[in-house]
This record gives sequence, structure tokens and C-alpha cells, in this order.
Amino acid sequence: MIDRGLLTVRGAGRSTIDGVLRLGYATRFLWLTLTHSLTCLQRPRLVVREIYFSGVLSLVIVLVSGLFVGMVLALQGYQTLRTYGSESALGVLVALSLLRELGPVISALLFASRAGSAVTAEIGLMKATEQLRAMEMMAVDPVARVIAPRFWAGVLSLPVLSAMFTAIGIYGGYLIGVVLLGVDEGSFWSQMQNSVDFREDVVNGMIKSLVFGVAVAWIAVFEGYDAPPTAEGVSGATTRTVVTSALAILFLDYILTSLMFRGA
Amino acid sequence: MSSAPPVPSLPPAPAARAAAHAEPLVAFRGVSFGYGRRMILEGLDLEVPRGQVVSIMGGSGCGKTTLLRLIGGAVKASSGSVRVAGQAVETLRRDDLYRLRRRMGMLFQFGALFTDLSVFDNVAFPMRERTDLPEPVIRDLVLLKLHAVGLRGAARLMPNELSGGMARRVALARAIALDPELIMYDEPFTGLDPISLAVISNLIRTLNVALGATSIVVTHDVRESMRILDYCYLMAEGRIVARGTPDEILASDQPYARQFFHGGIDGAVPFHYPGADYRTELGLAGHDR
Repeated sequence: MIDRGLLTVRGAGRSTIDGVLRLGYATRFLWLTLTHSLTCLQRPRLVVREIYFSGVLSLVIVLVSGLFVGMVLALQGYQTLRTYGSESALGVLVALSLLRELGPVISALLFASRAGSAVTAEIGLMKATEQLRAMEMMAVDPVARVIAPRFWAGVLSLPVLSAMFTAIGIYGGYLIGVVLLGVDEGSFWSQMQNSVDFREDVVNGMIKSLVFGVAVAWIAVFEGYDAPPTAEGVSGATTRTVVTSALAILFLDYILTSLMFRGA
Repeated sequence: MSSAPPVPSLPPAPAARAAAHAEPLVAFRGVSFGYGRRMILEGLDLEVPRGQVVSIMGGSGCGKTTLLRLIGGAVKASSGSVRVAGQAVETLRRDDLYRLRRRMGMLFQFGALFTDLSVFDNVAFPMRERTDLPEPVIRDLVLLKLHAVGLRGAARLMPNELSGGMARRVALARAIALDPELIMYDEPFTGLDPISLAVISNLIRTLNVALGATSIVVTHDVRESMRILDYCYLMAEGRIVARGTPDEILASDQPYARQFFHGGIDGAVPFHYPGADYRTELGLAGHDR
């Protein structure tokens, strides 16, 4: 019994040490990526190309999801608000929910699943098929040429996607609330305009999605670069990107929310 | 590594060959390399004279590819020295190492073409990344390189539209894009049909002459490589066990060399992987007679 207890403690200790080592390795990799980002400034086309693959190709899933999330919010909110005779506040409810929480969080989760996993798989396969090694042998640094552009593309894409998610979500709320359920259009927009604070709500939401963008892009490029060069290794890394990103987004969201909206 | 067969004393590389140029392009002096306690190469001495096609042969996992990685500076020797063009690779700073790599070209086992770039862009890649040449000049150079490997007409194809042999030829065109002094080939014959095999081996020889380069071919294909090489090193378990010209090495009486070059099933490399006694494992030990 004691032996089993010791083994459990030892296993937990080993997992903790492995986790800390891996985090340290990932942090050093992030530092390496940042210090090798000069190429991205000198050749912005490298980043633009990756923004197309990560950002533009994620537009459909982000916009469709945003529309439906906004519509569901309006439906649910309307039922609750009607109980208190406050249907006119529906616009406020939809806008604040999307700007502060749902926009940044859901778009980041979608981005991690769609673009993060693709980046990890691409880098992992480039490693498995010796493309990164070939680049090194051509005296071209793969961190500067492959990793940094994909990292910055992720960081820049997510806030824009998040803003689009929120905008179309609000439109979805308008469609359901005003067009379908008959909430007064004037009060829907004017109450929203009065209650939403640019710095408090819009800027904080953008800061959140920027932080999520750094986290997802960092996890995606690191997992790809660190993937064992086998089919199993790449598939494992892709799964880890999605799972780790989701956990990181939710954890960071809690931290950021507690810092940003404590008194609100 | 612990069960390495006894290594006989080897004759030195022929002095006449080394005398062509005072200094060989690549020289290994007592090089050992390993991951942790597991040694991959042990006390390796090897020279690659300028202008020659030198083959490093040996079975899978004997450390041949590691040898190429040491030359390219991707890994550093645990002990000993690897000199390329007079420079000790293990002492070079990153910038100097990259400068040295610009004088090398490497053909990877399966080509390692960039899958998101066309054939043309793959060959143009090192030129665009490493030179300031204007695009029209790059275009002409790429077409020249592709013409040299017979694939000028395939310039607009994507890597997934190429056969294995074609991909290898495109990768070769990319490897020679910047007219390297040293071209390294990692298993260039693996998985090719007889026609592609002949094409690649001919290209290795003709490009070496046309570019005035030096070539190192890592392979375990005896028949094809013997047609094109000037000198051969045979490796087993991280050591050089035989060396010589094709005629010399084929006539070698070193047990591993004899088995390797003549395809023996049993010998220095036993047919059976070491394990428990056969009869004991089947429970027949007490049933003799």
C-alpha cells in the first residue's frame, strides 16, 4: 500500500517536472521565434501569405458560428428579459456578451481547431519529410522562414476574426430580436450604444483576443516543431495543439476577466 | 556498439589520390559521435579528396547519414575533428557555418521538396533566399538547372504531381542551384525504378564533372554506386571496416566487406538476431534423442 502511494507521488512528481521542463523549452522556443522575427518585417509578404491560410480560410467557420451564436443569444435572452419586461435591453445583452466573452473565446477556440491544428500538422509534416532540415542545409533558418511568419500570422489574424465574429453575432441577434421577435429597433440599437463602453468593453475584448492569438499561435508552432517526425507523432501533436489551446484559452480568459471586469 | 566485430588494421587511403590536391575537401580525424551513452560513430578517420565521387556504404543504421549531418554541422562531434574546406566545422559560429553551408548542396533520401512550392519555385528557393539576383536571372538559372536534370518541361508542376525519380531529380537541381563545391547524397537510389536509378547515377557522375564539384554518396546500393564512384568507404557499427577503389574493395577479404558486397545471408552479420537458445525457448532442451 505504501509502495503504491510512493509510486503515485513519484509519478506525479515526474509529470510535474516534465511539464515544467516542457514549458521552459516552449518559452525558449517562443524567445527564439521573437528574436528571429526580423525576416517578417523585412519580407511582410511571408506573413501576408500565412494570414491568408490561417485567417482568411478561417473566415467561413468564424462568420457562420458568430451568426448562430448571436441568434441563440437573442433567443435565450429574449425569453429571460421578457419575464421582467426588459426586452428593449436585448441589444445590450447580446453586444456585451459577445464583446466581452463569447466573441474572443469562441473565435479563439474555432481558430485553434481550424488554423492552429493545420499549422501544427504542416510544420510537423515539413519536419517529418526533412523539409526543415533541407532548409537548414541551404543556410536558411527555418525558425525565421517558417515558424516566425506563421506565429505572427496567428497573432494578427485572431483579433480581426474575433471582431468579425462579434459584429456578425450582433447582426444575428438583431435578426432574431428585431426582425423575428419584434423588439423595437430603435431601443435595440440605442440602448446598445449607450451601454457599451469603447475602452471598457471593445478594447478589453480586443486585448483578450490578442492574448489568445499569442497563446494559440505559440502552442501551434511549438507543437509542430517539437513533433516526433512520424505519422503518429504529427497526429499526436495536432491533437495536443487543440486540447492545450482550448485549456489555455479558458484559463487565460478567467485570469483576464478577473483583471479587467472586477468592478464592472 | 558493444558487440562490434573486431576491426582489422586497414591500409591507408592511396597516397596518389590524396596527392592530387594538398588538402582534401572533407577530412574526419578520430571522430566519435553519440547520443548520450549510445555511440553512433567511433574513432572515424576519413578523407574526401577534391573532385572525386566518394561513396560511404554500409547497412542501415551504421551511422552513414550521421556522417553527412556532421559535415553539414547539424550535429557536432563528441570528440575528434571534422574539417570541410579547411575549416573545423565543430568550432564554427552560426554565421560562419551558414556561410560554409552555402558551398554545399544536399540531396535528401526522398528529395525533401517543399510541398507548397512548384518545381520551379523549389529550385529558385535557395537563389531567392541566399542571393540578390534579379528575378529574370533567377528564371534563366532555374531553367538551366532543370534542363541539366532533364525536367525543364516540368517547371510548373507541383511536387505531388511528380514520380519518385522526378522528385529526386528536382531535388538534385535544387541541390546544385548555387553551384556547390560539395554535393552530398543521402541514399539517392532508394525506391527508384531501374530507369530512374540509371538517370540519377549518371547525373551524379556528370554533374560532379560539369560543376567541378566533389560528391559524397551515402548508400547501400552496391551495383549502382560501383559504376560511378572513385573511392569507397565501408562502414559497420560506426566504424570504417574497409576502404578502397571499387576494384580493391570488391576484392577485400574483410569478413563484413565480403558479406556486404556479395550479399551473404549469414556471416559477420548473423542471420539470427541474438536471443535465448532456440531449443530452450521451444521447451525442447530435455528432449534430445
